[in-house]
Amino acid sequence: MKKVLIANRGEIALRIIKTCKDRGIETIAVYSDADAELPFVSEADYAFRIGEPPVAKSYLNSDKIIEIAVSEGADAVHPGYGLLSENSTFARKIEEAGIKFIGPDWQTVEKMGDKIIARKTMLEAGVPVVPGTIEPVADVEEGVKIAQSIGYPVMLKASGGGGGIGMIKCDNEAMLIQHFASSQQRALSYFGNGSMFIEKYIENARHIEVQIFGDSFGNIVHLYERDCSVQRRNQKVIEETPSPFLTEELRNKITQAAVLSAKAVSYTNAGTVEFVVSESGDFYFLEMNTRLQVEHPVTEMITGIDLVGWQLDVADGKPLSLTQDEIRAAGHSMEFRLYAEDPVTFMPSPGSINQLILPENEKVRVDCGYKQGNSVTPFYDPMIAKIIVSDSTRESVISEAEKFFSDLTIEGLKTNAALFQRILSDEQFRKGDYTTAFLAKQPTKK
Amino acid sequence: MKEITASMAGTVWQVLVAEGDTVSAGQSVIILESMKMEIPIDASEEGTVAELKVASGDFVNEGDVLVVLK
Repeated sequence: MKKVLIANRGEIALRIIKTCKDRGIETIAVYSDADAELPFVSEADYAFRIGEPPVAKSYLNSDKIIEIAVSEGADAVHPGYGLLSENSTFARKIEEAGIKFIGPDWQTVEKMGDKIIARKTMLEAGVPVVPGTIEPVADVEEGVKIAQSIGYPVMLKASGGGGGIGMIKCDNEAMLIQHFASSQQRALSYFGNGSMFIEKYIENARHIEVQIFGDSFGNIVHLYERDCSVQRRNQKVIEETPSPFLTEELRNKITQAAVLSAKAVSYTNAGTVEFVVSESGDFYFLEMNTRLQVEHPVTEMITGIDLVGWQLDVADGKPLSLTQDEIRAAGHSMEFRLYAEDPVTFMPSPGSINQLILPENEKVRVDCGYKQGNSVTPFYDPMIAKIIVSDSTRESVISEAEKFFSDLTIEGLKTNAALFQRILSDEQFRKGDYTTAFLAKQPTKK
Repeated sequence: MKEITASMAGTVWQVLVAEGDTVSAGQSVIILESMKMEIPIDASEEGTVAELKVASGDFVNEGDVLVVLK
């Protein structure tokens, strides 16, 4: 593998470029008009404009991206996360062009991308799934019947959704009736798939996921868990590993379930199995993400493994360099997603980064897609940077993070940095006692 | 005449009213998409839609007029 095209933008494109550079692999960036000034464009060895700012005209234009990969002689394409990363047609077309897709085979991407098929596959493999429908729900009448038998509240979800998109919590029958048709319509226009399913809503749950890795020799390992329970709008804000909630016994069970999930689909490359964990410690399969995760750095920090490096190795046909017994975790790591948004209302706040001063701290890794003077445009995800704080204990991670955020200077747009300071001083959070409802329960003080 | 403006920059995802429709205060008339989030834009008072200034897919800046009410 000598040349890799990165079909993504911002911090993750830079992250991939970094590992490629370490290994002497050349990189090709593709960018939209809105991103021409961003660091990933200048850091790549080659860069090509692919279109206007809206994703449909640029980062989702798979034919154009593949055309560049072919004409530039790329050996592989790294899709990053989001955008085309879980698009099985994209993965298939890349393989058909004789280029390696850095991820699992397209059939697995397709299978796990359909959440109803994913649930069925895991159920058959003996992995517990959230109680709910196995087959798509035909219409609102059937939905009401099913919800009655499961018991409210329920989650109404789109089979083509995932990653917290295309789902809504329904507390009662009236809400389910109100949202069914519009959710179905939206699923059809967003995902091209109007299939809906219903799951029991697990109260006071935690969202815990397990990093898995497979190679083309049938080896499958896990790299421990990440607790991603601090969320707003079903989107993650802080992730940490190890989870402060899991006992050693539960950690063993959940990581074993994740390996079982991966084996059920003969998984290759990096993947994440997401579970919802109830107060009493029951856990259920939610979905499998067939790509590198945004929050992969916390796993890298406690295992010392370069996950992008492993992805390149597996895609290159090499076996995993470590066995399960050789993968060790030490210390604690927490990732904070710095978003361009109002810290109280969580409303997006695009704008220009007039000043950006990141405090120097050897315990802090910053994966940032922007530099001072760049604009955070309304076309893409509002994430500016990932602040990854790692140390020997959870307590010291929290105190280093407090230091970092009190010294951080970012001017020109609103960010959620103030939210992190609030969370870090919260007693419940400091005790590690929080669920996915944590941010919704936060008082909205000014 | 009363103008309904965009509260932030984004792409018009859905236009929920047509010219000639009556709208009530607080009713959503447009849904913008910005930074992967849907932002409903509501009428601040009641009126009749005199003119739609945007269509689905248009990009708008903060403060741009979306709908004119009479």
